[in-house]
Amino acid sequence: MTVLTVAEHRRGELRDVSLELLTAGRELADATGGELHTAVIGGDVEAFAERLNRVGVDAIHTVDEGEEFNHDVYTQVVTQLVEAVDPDLLVMPNSVNGLDYAPAVASRLDWPLVTDVVDLGYDDELTATRELYGSKVETTIDVHADRAAVTVRPAEWPVAEGSGDATVESFDADIDESAVRSTVTGFEEVGGGDVDITDADVLVSVGRGIEEEENLDMIFDLAETLDATVSASRPLIDNNWLEKDRQVGQSGSVVTPDVYIAIGISGAVQHVAGMKGSDTIVAINTDPNAPIFDIADYGIQDDLFDVVPALIEEFGG
Amino acid sequence: MKILVTVKEVAHVDDEFEIDGLGIDDRYVTYDLNEWDDYAVEAAVQIQEAGDDVEVVAVTIGDADTEDTIRQALAKGADRAIRVWDDALADAGLLDPETKARLIAAVAAEEDPDLVLTGVQSADDGFGATGVTLAEHLGFEWGAVVNALDLDREAGIAHVHRELEGSVEELTDVELPAVLTIQTGINEPRYASLRGIRQAQSKELAEYSLSDLDLTPADVESSLEQTDLYEPESESEATVFEGSAEETASELAGLLREKGVGS
Ligand SMILES: Cc1cc2nc3c(=O)[nH]c(=O)nc-3n(C[C@H](O)[C@H](O)[C@H](O)COP(=O)(O)OP(=O)(O)OC[C@H]3O[C@@H](n4cnc5c(N)ncnc54)[C@H](O)[C@@H]3O)c2cc1C
Repeated sequence: MTVLTVAEHRRGELRDVSLELLTAGRELADATGGELHTAVIGGDVEAFAERLNRVGVDAIHTVDEGEEFNHDVYTQVVTQLVEAVDPDLLVMPNSVNGLDYAPAVASRLDWPLVTDVVDLGYDDELTATRELYGSKVETTIDVHADRAAVTVRPAEWPVAEGSGDATVESFDADIDESAVRSTVTGFEEVGGGDVDITDADVLVSVGRGIEEEENLDMIFDLAETLDATVSASRPLIDNNWLEKDRQVGQSGSVVTPDVYIAIGISGAVQHVAGMKGSDTIVAINTDPNAPIFDIADYGIQDDLFDVVPALIEEFGG
Repeated sequence: MKILVTVKEVAHVDDEFEIDGLGIDDRYVTYDLNEWDDYAVEAAVQIQEAGDDVEVVAVTIGDADTEDTIRQALAKGADRAIRVWDDALADAGLLDPETKARLIAAVAAEEDPDLVLTGVQSADDGFGATGVTLAEHLGFEWGAVVNALDLDREAGIAHVHRELEGSVEELTDVELPAVLTIQTGINEPRYASLRGIRQAQSKELAEYSLSDLDLTPADVESSLEQTDLYEPESESEATVFEGSAEETASELAGLLREKGVGS
């Protein structure tokens, strides 16, 4: 089958997921004896094309439309590219921007869409694996269609390496400006307060398992005892219990401390994206099936309200 | 102005559970209003409270058991609700975003809303694609993963922030009519008051079947088929400390001291 992937960039940077899509796409193309095409839309497309020219890529389509992502433009361009390239499988990133155009493209093409896939296979037809219930179970989905679209979870496939010999072709899209009814007016960095969790050697990180705002005192006590910094999963920031500076994860900060102690955090994929590079990960969680234990080096499967006070005591706090 | 807000009852799985065929054994499942939809309802109700001619209609796809959940939206301030269900849906297999969008689009065609608010994703199946698919069906503009919303009704524009990765937000102007998928943290969802809960009992909750929406079972047949459900093999290489809290805490303290923490 012919596979077409769509790269992602933001503010001048090609995002890694673009190169991961190439690996996922190449696997499928190999399994079915087909070609791998990739497209990059907007920005410095020539420079992006050079970076996308990895081993296994057959063709790169550059589309010189705009600087930054706009979903109306992307939806039109990708739909037209599909007509020109005639792929059997369209692979897009399961990123915030991917989810802002992939469903529109699939629906416009009338192709089935499977989002957030963690594995893909082909056995007469496409099969996609995804996770359910906060990563507690996995499910296999058979796609009964000749053509389909998927969005691929970031950091599941390795980036494609090596320098390739793909043809680079410029594609002239025909944009209907009257259908561009959204305008990106700028970007804003959030956070940037007093606390810098990215600089900490030791993070005591707290999640929804803490239940009440008052209980955070105990976490700050522990952090003080250990000379550590307090960070958190998203719900605590959503609740305004802690400042945005302290949020670890996809939409917060990426941290790589020597020791990361996750307390009452389930380990959702968007959280793990921000802390999996920590040297040593310790998890305290009552649920032995919590996905955080998949990436932890040390675990305590017990109640944080018993373990944390005992730990403070150990250090004479 | 009319706002349609989509809500879903989602399943939460207990710590220990068993798989039953292609689902989780019902004994280990509890149901609640989807976390993201709670924020979408709040966003809709805040717009309604700020204007005097705004109607908020909640819509859900679900069997009769989901009524308690959609009543939560009514208790929090939605004016009325619509529940779409049909026995054909129980047999149709996977309710993927395309199928759900088709159903909600049929409701929207009748309701003719100016704004549709959905959650970014549902906590159980997490497709994260129903809102944008719906926009495409309706020919509406859209914005995904919105964490700030400022509506300029006169100009017919929603000024939104879209939460991107890495603490960066995209500022976007979206023309109405539009579908916005709402991210957690955009507001502080209220708890339903006792009065709200009482009032919800008498608010209109309409039920639509496929034929009420001029749809047939063929319209809700998905080409996606769920064929397997399993617990992933644990990738865990974690050393698990066993024993009482005192014992595990002591072992952890030893480890931390070894790493030079807290000493
Ligand atoms: C677009 C997008 C971006 C996102 N970005 C982020 C992000 O940047 N960062 C982030 O963290 N999340 C992010 N999320 C949210 C993410 O999907 C999860 O909802 C969130 O990480 C869950 O936080 P949690 O683990 O604290 O809560 P939960 O998932 O509710 O987990 C709580 C855990 O506490 C345990 N627990 C409960 N009581 C106790 C007890 N007494 N003792 C010990 N353990 C206990 C439970 O077993 C459970 O595992 C994002 C989601 C989306 C859709």
